[in-house]
Amino acid sequence: MRVDCTINGKPEQIDTGWEGESLLHSLRERLGLNGSKNACEQGECGSCSIYLDGVLVCACLVPTVQAAGRTLVTIEGLPGPEGELHHVQQAFLDAGAVQCGFCTPGLIMATHELLGRNPEPTEPEVREALAGNLCRCTGYEKILDAVQAAAAAGRA
Amino acid sequence: MMPSASGTIRIGPGATTLPGRSAPTVPIAPHEPVRVRGGIGENAPRPDGIPKVKGEFAYSSDLWAEGMLWGVTVRSPYPRARIVSIDTAAAAALPGVASVLLAHDVPGRRHFGMEIIDQPVLASAAEEIRYQGEAVAIIAADEPETARRAAALVRVEYEELEPVTDPEAALLPGTPHLHAGGNITRHVKIRHGDQDVTAAVVVRGSYEVGMQDQAFLGPESGLAVPDGAGGVDLFISTQWLHIDRDQVAACLGLEPPQVRLTLAGVGGAFGAREDISLQVHCCLLALRTGRPVKMMYSREESFFGHVHRHPGVLHYEHGATRDGDLVYVRCRIVLDGGAYASSSRAVAANAACFSCGPYEVPNATIDSFVSYTNNPPCGAMRGFGAVQTAFAHESQMDKLAAALGMDPVELRIRNAMKEGTALPTGQRVEGAAPVAELLRSIRDMPAPPALDLEHPDLRLLPGGVANTTHGEGVTRGVGYGVGFKNVCFAEGFNDYSTARVRLDGTPDGPTVYIHTAASEVGQGLTTILAQIARTELGVERVIVLPADTNVGGAGSTSASRQTYMTGGAVKAACEVVRRRVLERAIEQLGENPGDLSLEAPDIVSHARGVLTDLETVLADGHVEETFEYHHRKTWPLDPETGQGEAHVQFAFAAHRATVDVDTELGLVRVVEMATAQDVGKALNPQAVEGQIEGGTSQGVGFALMEEIQVVDGRIINPSFTDYLIPTILDMPKVVMDIMELGDPHAPYGVKGVGEPPSISSTPAVVAAIRQATGRELARIPVRPDQIVGIAP
Repeated sequence: MRVDCTINGKPEQIDTGWEGESLLHSLRERLGLNGSKNACEQGECGSCSIYLDGVLVCACLVPTVQAAGRTLVTIEGLPGPEGELHHVQQAFLDAGAVQCGFCTPGLIMATHELLGRNPEPTEPEVREALAGNLCRCTGYEKILDAVQAAAAAGRA
Repeated sequence: MMPSASGTIRIGPGATTLPGRSAPTVPIAPHEPVRVRGGIGENAPRPDGIPKVKGEFAYSSDLWAEGMLWGVTVRSPYPRARIVSIDTAAAAALPGVASVLLAHDVPGRRHFGMEIIDQPVLASAAEEIRYQGEAVAIIAADEPETARRAAALVRVEYEELEPVTDPEAALLPGTPHLHAGGNITRHVKIRHGDQDVTAAVVVRGSYEVGMQDQAFLGPESGLAVPDGAGGVDLFISTQWLHIDRDQVAACLGLEPPQVRLTLAGVGGAFGAREDISLQVHCCLLALRTGRPVKMMYSREESFFGHVHRHPGVLHYEHGATRDGDLVYVRCRIVLDGGAYASSSRAVAANAACFSCGPYEVPNATIDSFVSYTNNPPCGAMRGFGAVQTAFAHESQMDKLAAALGMDPVELRIRNAMKEGTALPTGQRVEGAAPVAELLRSIRDMPAPPALDLEHPDLRLLPGGVANTTHGEGVTRGVGYGVGFKNVCFAEGFNDYSTARVRLDGTPDGPTVYIHTAASEVGQGLTTILAQIARTELGVERVIVLPADTNVGGAGSTSASRQTYMTGGAVKAACEVVRRRVLERAIEQLGENPGDLSLEAPDIVSHARGVLTDLETVLADGHVEETFEYHHRKTWPLDPETGQGEAHVQFAFAAHRATVDVDTELGLVRVVEMATAQDVGKALNPQAVEGQIEGGTSQGVGFALMEEIQVVDGRIINPSFTDYLIPTILDMPKVVMDIMELGDPHAPYGVKGVGEPPSISSTPAVVAAIRQATGRELARIPVRPDQIVGIAP
C-alpha cells in the first residue's frame, strides 16, 4: 500500500509492508527515520512522539494509512537548516538530561509541544505535560531542569 | 588539567644540550600550562549527547543491513512441560520464510549460562521446559510481520507438568528436581561470633520482596552478519561483550576469534543485559541463511527475554541490649532464582554478606539460599542481593527502635559501621565508611514544606488529578534507610579491564584514541574515559572508539565497576603513554634534562621551560600502549563459616523519604527524597547526580509500584500498561549531599556510584508510609490494600 504525506517539510512516499503497519514502523524501517524510538509500541512510553498535523501523537498508535495527505514532524525535523540544535535539544544536553537517551527524542518533542502552547510552565504543569513520557535512567530531575532552561531560552 | 603531583612522571638526570633544536638562550619564565577543558571533576559534555538529542544515535534496534532478514523466537506458553512433538512444515512453507531452526540445529554447545551452563539455546524433548517463555524455535523471514506469522504456524505439542513455583517449597525433600543437581542453586552460610548468644530485646520479622524488572527502554536487539568464512560479526546492546562472545562461540561451535562483537547503542541496561538473550539465536540464523539477520524483541517479549530481580522471603531476628547495642542478627533468606542460574550464585553471596546492613554486628547466623523454580529466571539488577536484604534489615532496625523506644536514626547511628568494622564475613572495611555521617546529613536537611490544605493543588496530593482527595485522610510520614554494597566482582574472580590508548599527531592536533570493550549503557562511561585521558595526557581532543572484542576484555558494566576498572585501565595506559612520550622526547633532544613533564601541547623542563612539544615528538609516529588493570585480589568465602576477604570496595548511601498518604484509599505521593552518598571522588558531578537521581527513582518504584506479577509460573503483566515504572508525576524532588571521601586503593579515589541509591531508597519510602499509617508493611511493593489494612 502506498501512502503520500509530508515529513519534515518534504514530500514522502511510503510503501507499507502490510495493512496494519504502524507509522512508527514505516518511519523507522521504510524511511530510515530512526529518531522516533520503539520502547513499548503500545502508546505507554511516549518515546515515538511526533507531530501529526501539529498534534503530538505516539507514532506507534497511528496506522500508516492514516497519515495519507497529512503533515508530520519528527525529531529529525527540529534542528535548523544547517543542523544546528533547537534550543530544547541544547537544553537537554546542558542540563544532563540525557543518559541512555532512548526516551530523549520523545521528551524533546513533548517539551517542544508544551512550550509551544505554554511558554512559561510551572513545575506541576511540566510534570503533567510530560507524564506520558517514561524515562528509566534520570529520575526526571534533570529533565525538569532542561524544560525550565529551554523555556528561558525560548523567552530570550 | 595538570596531572596530579603523584601521577606526574619525571625522568632522571641526564645531558643538558639540545641537538637538532636551538637551545633557549635566555631564562624562560616558569611554564604555566593551559588547563585542558573537560578533565576529571568537570561536567564534561557527553560525546554521545548531540547524536542522542538529534535522534541520530544508532541503538541496536536502529541497525539495518542490505538484504537483511528478521528473526523471531517461538516460546513456550507453559512454565513446566515436556515437548512431545514439533511440526515446522507450515511455518517453513510460508512465502518469505528463510529458515526455521530447532534445538538439533545448534551446532555447538546446546546450553549457555554466565556462572552455571544450564540454559538450553533452544528447548528440546531431551529435557523439560522450565519457564514460560523458554525459546523453542527461531525463524528468519524477509519482513518482521512474515516472521511473526510464521511463528504462529509452528505447531508444538506439549505435555504440561505441574510447575514448582514456591522458592521455599522448592528446597524441601519430595519436591521434583528441576535440574540434575537439585533445586538449591546456592546456599551461603555465614557463622560469625557466638552462635548461642542471647539478648535482652529481640525483634522478629518475615519480609517478602516482589520481582522487579529492569525495564530499560531500548528493547533487546542485534544484527548478525555472516563473514562468508564461517564466522560472524554481531552488533549488539550488551553489558559484557567478551562473555557474550565466548558463549556465542561455544554454542555455534566456533573459535572465539571467529565471533566478533561490536557494541551497538544501548538503551539502558540495569543488569538485564548481562546474560545472553538473542545473541546466539541471531548469529545462528545468520550463519544458516548466509544473510544478515536482525532480531528485536517487543516490549512483551522483553519481559520473557531477560532475567529479573530475585523476589524472595527473608526471615529475620535481631537481638540488642536495652541501650540499643546490636548483639546478634539471625536470618534465613530464600531468593527465587527461577528456571536458570544466571548470576544467582553471586546474588546469594551478596544477600548473605550485606544481610545485616552497614552496622557493627558482633554475632550473626546467616543462611542465604537461591532456589530453582519454574518461575521466570532471575539474575542481575542494580544493587542485587543488597536491595532485597536492605528492605529487611532496615525494617528490622525500625522495629527494634520502636521496641526500645529509641529514635530510629539514633539507633542506626549508635550501631553504624565505621572504618575498620568487621563484616560478618570477618572482612574489615578499609577506608571511609561514613554511615553515621550520611545519616546525620539526611536527618539535618530541611524538611519539605507541609501540604497546603487551604489551597491544595490536586497535582501535589496522593491520587493527583484523579481527584480522590482534597487533603482529607492524608497523613505525612518520614522514613529513613541506609545501605551498602560491594563494588567490582568478588570472591576471587579474576576481575580486570583492558584499555588501549593511542596518542597521535593529526591535522587537528594531538589526538588521544581510547579503545576498550567496556559497555556504555547510558551511565556516561565514555565521557569519563575521555575526561581521564584529558587529565592524564593534557590533550583536549579525545576520541573514544567503538567498544568491540578486538581489544582485551573490560568485564561487565555491572557491580558499579566500570569507572573504577576501565577508568583505572585508561588511567594506567595513559601513564605509560606519557612515559613513552617523554622517553622519545629525550631521545629526540639527545639529552635528559631530568625534570621533564608533559604539559600538552608542550614538553617542559621545570627548570628550563618548554624544550619541545607533542607535535615534534609525534612526528616520529604515534605512541600506543595497552594496559590490563586488575583490582586488588579477593578470596572465596569459606563454605562452612562464610569467612573471607571476598570484596574489593564498599559503597554507602542513605535516604530520607517524605510521603503523603491517603490513609483511606491507600494512595501514596512521595513528597521528597533526600539522600547522602559517599562517591569517593566525583569525576563528573552531573553524571554522579544523574546516577543518584535515577537509582533513587528505581528504588521508589520498587517500594510503590514495580512488580512482575507471576501467577502459577506465568507473568500476567508483561507490558508498560501493567508493569508500572515511575513517571515524572510519581518522582519527587531529590535533594542530595555528595561526599567525596576517597578510597586510597581506587583510581582517583573513586567509589562505585550506580547501585547504592537503589538500595537505601526503597526501605526509606516504606518506613515513611509506616510512620504515616502505623501498618506493618512486610511486603514490597506496598499495595493500597496493605496501606488501608486489608492485606498484611
